[in-house]
Amino acid sequence: MVKVEFLGPIEKEMMEVDVTNLEQLKEILQKQDQIKPWLQNSSIAINDTLISDITQPLKDGDKVSILPPVCGG
Amino acid sequence: MLELVQGCVNVEKTLNSWYELNKTNNYGAFVSFVGTIREEDDIQGLSFDIYEPILNSWFESWQQKARQKDAIIYMIHSKGDVFLHESSYVSAVFSPKRRVALELIDEFVEDFKANAPIWKYDLKGKKRVYAKDRSTPMDGAGLLA
Repeated sequence: MVKVEFLGPIEKEMMEVDVTNLEQLKEILQKQDQIKPWLQNSSIAINDTLISDITQPLKDGDKVSILPPVCGG
Repeated sequence: MLELVQGCVNVEKTLNSWYELNKTNNYGAFVSFVGTIREEDDIQGLSFDIYEPILNSWFESWQQKARQKDAIIYMIHSKGDVFLHESSYVSAVFSPKRRVALELIDEFVEDFKANAPIWKYDLKGKKRVYAKDRSTPMDGAGLLA
């Protein structure tokens, strides 16, 4: 199972999904009305490393983080 | 050197401590940036969430860039609530020569605004409202869109 956590203002608890790559995770998240609007502007990290390649494989125990737009300072 | 604090940053103490640590280290330049909460749109203050694992790696990559120029970066940021006229963010660069420090603080603060995993909320009444219009998608955003 892969853990998915939603950071900052996305008010959703961590979930666990059975996927082996980001494409499969995308399909699942796109079906969730609460999450879909955030995906356009959110960055993705796997195990706390930001990712730019959607073909990235996922393995059991990985953590995917969804990071919406930021504004520090 | 990255530090996070609950509530507002003590600016005087922070800048003095950084200065004291480095005043005999032969740095010719010390440039600082202080971010302070302004009164606007009837807010009582701002509030911050931070994702520390990625903030730490983002900051370390900047520290490595600074080291290549014989410079060093300091940063302190608030977690939670910070009220009007208090400060939530201070950063500084020490370097042997002024041009490196001036350019590095500019690049660092701009990238901080764009890519540090920190989320800002307006404090209005008893609500904590995400500052959506002032927020910026991080590099690589939209991968799962």
